[in-house]
Amino acid sequence: MNRKEILIELKKVLAPYTESKAMLDGINEQTDLIKDLNINSANLVDIIIDAEAQYNIEIDFDAAEKMYNVGNCIDVISEKINKPA
Amino acid sequence: MTNDILKYLPYKSSFLFVDNISSLDENGVVGDYTLKSNSYFYEDHFPGNPVTPGVIITEIMAQIGLVVLGIHLMLSGAQKDIIMDEGSFPLLTSTDVSFFKMVLPGEKVTVTSKKQYFRFGKLKCLIAMHNESGEPVAKGVFSGIIKNAVKKDQ
Repeated sequence: MNRKEILIELKKVLAPYTESKAMLDGINEQTDLIKDLNINSANLVDIIIDAEAQYNIEIDFDAAEKMYNVGNCIDVISEKINKPA
Repeated sequence: MTNDILKYLPYKSSFLFVDNISSLDENGVVGDYTLKSNSYFYEDHFPGNPVTPGVIITEIMAQIGLVVLGIHLMLSGAQKDIIMDEGSFPLLTSTDVSFFKMVLPGEKVTVTSKKQYFRFGKLKCLIAMHNESGEPVAKGVFSGIIKNAVKKDQ
């Protein structure tokens, strides 16, 4: 899966957690989950859990800490799917 | 003794809503609280017609179901990467509760909580409250975090 494909899947994962639907449609690698998409910071945990199910990966604490914008999320996800545990 | 956990609760006097913990393990907790007839909120909610406010029911569920279980999980080291210190405290991050019956002054309520997950410092639980007749009073999904938790040195 390349970065563009991951982004398309990530949009589906993020959708239930943001009310900024217009922002979500236009997300790019710089989009900040909390500042731009107005996601409740505690819901980042749910997003990580949903992403694990979506991509069939396991995300640890250190990786999770990096996942505050779309680009970082894609970094973590692409690293995990290309290197299965 | 499961009641040992109560000394770790950060609440005092008029905002402590836990009397007793009867069961506590890594997957859930059961505890109870008896509403005091002289609690400050009954005077105004409602004058001449005291009924326990929904926010207080919610708080009782959160203190027993989330905070007691959350502190137990933190103390037992279930969360590998973070620990609590004197600057840490629990914060509610979301609730979705339905209420089925009124709770009147003096009633004893029992709260049962089942863990859905505890990850990255966030605890999410399914929590139910019953009255002394065993009738459901309230039920919902609760989440909370430990604010100002400290990252453990690896």
